[in-house]
Amino acid sequence: MNTPLLAPRETFATLTDRVSDITLERPTGRLWLLAFALSFVLTAWLGAGIVWLLAKGVGIWGLDMPVAWAFAIADYVWWIAIGMAGTFISGGLYLARQGWRNALNRYAEAMTVFAVSVSGIFPILHLGRPWFFYWLAPYPDRMGLWPQWRSSLFWDFSAIVAYLIVSVLYFYVGLIPDLATLRDRARTRGKQVFYGLLAIGWRGEARHWQRFETLNLLLAAMAVPLVFSVHSMVALDFSEGLLPGWHSTIFPPFFVAGALFSGFGMVLVLGIPLRHFFGLGDFITERHLDNLAKLMLAAGLFVDYSYASEMFNAFYSGDRYEIAHAMQQLTGAYAWVYWTIIGCNAVSIQALWFPRVRRSHAALFAIALLVLIGMWFERFLLIVSSLYHDFLPSSWGMFYPTFWDIAFLAGSIGLFFLLFLLFVRLLPLLPMFELRKLRARLEREGA
Amino acid sequence: MNTPYESRPHERGWLARFDDAGALLLAVRELRGRGYTQLEAYTPYPVEGLAQALGPMRNRIPLLVLLGGLAGGFGTLLLQWYASVIDYPINVGGRPDASWPAFIPAALEMTILFAALFGIVGMFFANGLPRLNHPLFDVPGFEAASRDGFFLWLRADDPCFDAALAHDDLARLAPLAIDRVGS
Repeated sequence: MNTPLLAPRETFATLTDRVSDITLERPTGRLWLLAFALSFVLTAWLGAGIVWLLAKGVGIWGLDMPVAWAFAIADYVWWIAIGMAGTFISGGLYLARQGWRNALNRYAEAMTVFAVSVSGIFPILHLGRPWFFYWLAPYPDRMGLWPQWRSSLFWDFSAIVAYLIVSVLYFYVGLIPDLATLRDRARTRGKQVFYGLLAIGWRGEARHWQRFETLNLLLAAMAVPLVFSVHSMVALDFSEGLLPGWHSTIFPPFFVAGALFSGFGMVLVLGIPLRHFFGLGDFITERHLDNLAKLMLAAGLFVDYSYASEMFNAFYSGDRYEIAHAMQQLTGAYAWVYWTIIGCNAVSIQALWFPRVRRSHAALFAIALLVLIGMWFERFLLIVSSLYHDFLPSSWGMFYPTFWDIAFLAGSIGLFFLLFLLFVRLLPLLPMFELRKLRARLEREGA
Repeated sequence: MNTPYESRPHERGWLARFDDAGALLLAVRELRGRGYTQLEAYTPYPVEGLAQALGPMRNRIPLLVLLGGLAGGFGTLLLQWYASVIDYPINVGGRPDASWPAFIPAALEMTILFAALFGIVGMFFANGLPRLNHPLFDVPGFEAASRDGFFLWLRADDPCFDAALAHDDLARLAPLAIDRVGS
C-alpha cells in the first residue's frame, strides 16, 4: 500500500490544531455522554461487587473445590494481556523505526495503562483478605517474615508492580511535550492552569529534547523485554503447578503471543471508532489499519501454532493424564468453550489474509471483537479445564459462574472504558510532537 | 522575587523566530561562528543535530539508567540473599538457601523498574523541570514553540553580548521576528 503515513495536507500547524482542538475546543458529544453513562453504570456495578466481596468474602463468586480459580484470574490474565500490545507498539515499533507507530502509540499506551490498572484489581481481590495485600511486598514487618522468593507468585507480583509503574511513567513522559502544546493553546484560565501544571514547564529546548529522546529510546529498549517478562511471569504462575495442561514449558511464549494477539485486537476495537468519530483519517490511515490487521494475524497464527503443539504434545507424551486432559478439552463438559476459542482465534482471523477484508473497517472491527472474546474464553478454559478434571475422578467438579462473577467481568470492562473515555476528553489522542517529527522526516525523504 | 532582572542576565536577551528547522540550524551555526556561546534553541519537535550545533552538552541519561538498573538488580538479589540466608533461612525440600536461579526473575523486574525511575528523574533534573514559570513564557508569540515556531534565544549572559550588536547580528540572519526577553 502506498498511502502516505500522514496525509500530505497536514502541516505542523494544522495537525497540531486539529489534534489539540479535539481536547480543547470540541464540545462534549451526546454519544460520548451516553457511552460515559453506560460505563459509569457498569463501574458502579463493579463497585457494588467489591463492597459485597469485602463484606462476604470470595465465596460470592462461583469458586469451590476443585475449581478455586476461575473468573477473577481469567479476567486478570485477559486484561494484563491486552495492555501488552500498547507497550509493544510504542516500544518495539519505535526500536524498529516503524513510522506508522506514531499515530497509534498514544492511545495504545493509554490502553495499556488502563488495562494494567484494571487487571491489578483482580489478584488483590482474589486474595481472600484483600486488605492484607501489602504482605506480598518485601518489607521489614513486625512478624519478621519475608515473601517466598522462590514462588512464581512473588515474581508475578514484582512483574506487575514494575510494569504498572513503568507504563504509567512512560505514558506520562511521552505526554509532556503535548501537554505543553495544550497549555500554550488553551484559552481559558482553568485549562491553562490544568495543562500548565501537568506540562511542568516544558519549553522544547534543543538540549532538553536531546535528553528526552535519549530517555525515550532507553525506555523503549527496556519496555520490550519488560512486556515479554511480565507475561512470562504470569504464565509461570500456571506452569509451576503440577496439573495436567498447566505443567508445560510452552506457557511463557504462548502467553506472550496471546497477549499481543488480544492487545492488537483491542487497539483495533478502540482505533476504528476513534478514527471514525473524531475524523482522524489523515493520521490513522488505511495503511495503519492494514498493518495492525497483519500484526494481529501474525500473532494469531503463533497462538494457533501453540494450540496445535499443545494437542500434539499431549498425545505424543503418552502421559495418560495429559491425554485425558486433551480429550476433555475436545469433547468434555467445556468442549463448547474450546470450539468457540478455535472459531474466534483460529478460523475467524483467516479472513485477514484477504486485502479486501483488511480494508473493510466493519469486518476488521468484528474480527478484532471476536479475537477479544475468544481470548477471554481461552484464559477461562486454561484455568478451569485443568482444575475441574485433574488426577482423581473423586475430585472432579464443575464450575458455575454466579451473578457476581458476571458483575466483576462486566464492571471491569465498564471501568476500562470509563478511564478511556476520560482520556479521550482530557488528553491529546495522538502524539502531536511525534507527528510533527514524522512530517519533517517525510518532507526530508520526499525532497 | 524582588531581584531586578538586570542582575539576572541569564534570563534576558533576544529571541528570534525562524521559518523552519533548516534556517534555525544555519542561524545557530552562524552565531556560534561569531563566538556566541550562550544560545538556546526551541523547536516543536526534536531536530537532529541542533543540540550538537549549540555546543558541547552533558547527557548523562545513559549512565543514570545503567546505575539505576545495577542498583535495582543487585539490590534485589542482595535483599533476597539476606532474607533467605541470614535473616530467615528456611529449608524447602532441601533446596539451597541461596537459590540464585529463583532470585533472578524478581531482580530482572526491579532492574527495569529502577533503570526507568533513575532515567526519568534524571531527565527531569538535568532539564531543570519542573519549572512552571520562565521569562520566555512572557515573550509574545513564544507559544508557537510548541506548534510550528522555531526560536533562537541569544542570552544576555553571553560574554560577547551587547544588546545593540547582538540585535544586529540576529537581524542579519533574516528571522521572522525578534523580541526582547526579560525587561
